[in-house]
Amino acid sequence: MRRIAFALLACCSVAVAEERRSGLLDMRPEAQAMQRDDSMNPGMLWVLDGEALWGHKPNPAAQSCADCHGDAASSMRGVAARYPAFDAVQGAAIDLAGRIIQCRETRQGGAPLAREGQELLALTSFVAHQSRGLPIAPPNDAGMRAARAQGQSIYITRLGQLDLSCAQCHDDHAGGRLAGSVIPQGHPTGYPIYRLEWQRVGSLQRRLRGCMVGVRAEPFAYGSAEFIAIEAYLMERARGMEVETPAIRP
Amino acid sequence: MKITRRVLLAAPGALLLPAPTRADRQSLADALREFTGGQPMREGRVRLDVSPLVENGNAVPITVAVETPMTAADHLRRIGVFNERNPQPNVIIAQFSPRSGRAYLATHIRLATSQALVAVAEMSDGSFWAQRVEVVVTLAACIEG
Amino acid sequence: MARVLLRVPASVQKGAVIEMRALIQHVMETGYRPNAEGVLQPRDIIWNFTCRYDGEVIFNATLSPAIAANPFIAFTTIATQSGPISFTWEGDNGFAQTETRHITVT
Repeated sequence: MRRIAFALLACCSVAVAEERRSGLLDMRPEAQAMQRDDSMNPGMLWVLDGEALWGHKPNPAAQSCADCHGDAASSMRGVAARYPAFDAVQGAAIDLAGRIIQCRETRQGGAPLAREGQELLALTSFVAHQSRGLPIAPPNDAGMRAARAQGQSIYITRLGQLDLSCAQCHDDHAGGRLAGSVIPQGHPTGYPIYRLEWQRVGSLQRRLRGCMVGVRAEPFAYGSAEFIAIEAYLMERARGMEVETPAIRP
Repeated sequence: MKITRRVLLAAPGALLLPAPTRADRQSLADALREFTGGQPMREGRVRLDVSPLVENGNAVPITVAVETPMTAADHLRRIGVFNERNPQPNVIIAQFSPRSGRAYLATHIRLATSQALVAVAEMSDGSFWAQRVEVVVTLAACIEG
Repeated sequence: MARVLLRVPASVQKGAVIEMRALIQHVMETGYRPNAEGVLQPRDIIWNFTCRYDGEVIFNATLSPAIAANPFIAFTTIATQSGPISFTWEGDNGFAQTETRHITVT
């Protein structure tokens, strides 16, 4: 019976995919304007912070991001649109923030970057911003296919005391309302986002943790294979949609 | 007092908003009186633009514009914006001069709940003009906590 | 130093009314919010914003906890002459920051 339910949900997600819609369009015009005009978008402050960190050596002996990657406007253009990607060293999928952490640890030295810390959010925002306006284009290698399949399976699995799957809200009831809020389709087009509720920038994983706590489930850990798998599935689901970083969301 | 189930249910909500008690809390009327020095306020000349329906009260864009030629003889001196039901009634007080060119101010504000906003303009002739706008802040479903 | 995003025209005709926009990274902690342990977090806000054009104050605003985190302020001025335009934010816990841009008036 459950298997049948999953099959039905999978059908629904295909139907949704034909008329995909960024969460940007589910916001009121004032919030949309805040995202579209950089001079009003507080997420740009994190991008600027990341730009400064890009050229900064984490310790005097280390190289800065710019020392290897040069001008991010060209070297990082399109990169965020392709993440998560398969990391041959780890033999697993890695998200953009994870790649930045790895670069810091293995190539730069210096203090490790904490998940959801200011520095990592700033660098991730800066790198992702270089892809703004480009279509999301996930890689199609075998390693990523496995991660995406795992992500899809989590996406359609009922979780928590409320016994709800991601798909039940974001496929079956997208466009409907939960209390006063429009339920968005849940496309990860603008991460890291400036969420008005947080009053700061945060990652997709923070947002997913919020959803999991909302359905009274134990959230996965930051950087876990489960979160990266969900992100890989969501990016495939949003293939072709425009990167918006830094997006504003309520 | 008999502790009913209702009281217990209400208690955690009350703890979330440890606002000052009504007695020591400055009211909207007090804040307006402080700004105008008790002078009467007239309707008109001030336009307060804010969405009547807000989906998140943490960053609500507002603009205030005042009809005035902004000359040495006739200009805007100050704009004050006040609210009814945040913990404090003050939002922003901005000073202008003929060098401003236009009587215009935009900012992003916080609204704790659905309530009235009042924008008051003090003109160079000492007159006060005001506009009051009601804003509905919708209940967010997916908040962390 | 807090990160700042300013929009000031670099070059403008004399007498034109220009809009300037200022955004600064700051938590604007209201003093009314409890932390995860239920303890009120002390107020930490920017309470003053001043813009000077060639040294003269052309705009000033007193801010309260009702101003959103990462304060955004937009206002106008008349382009009178080429010179520095400075933006100063002052707040709790000794917060003080000034940023300057140069405008060319032709």
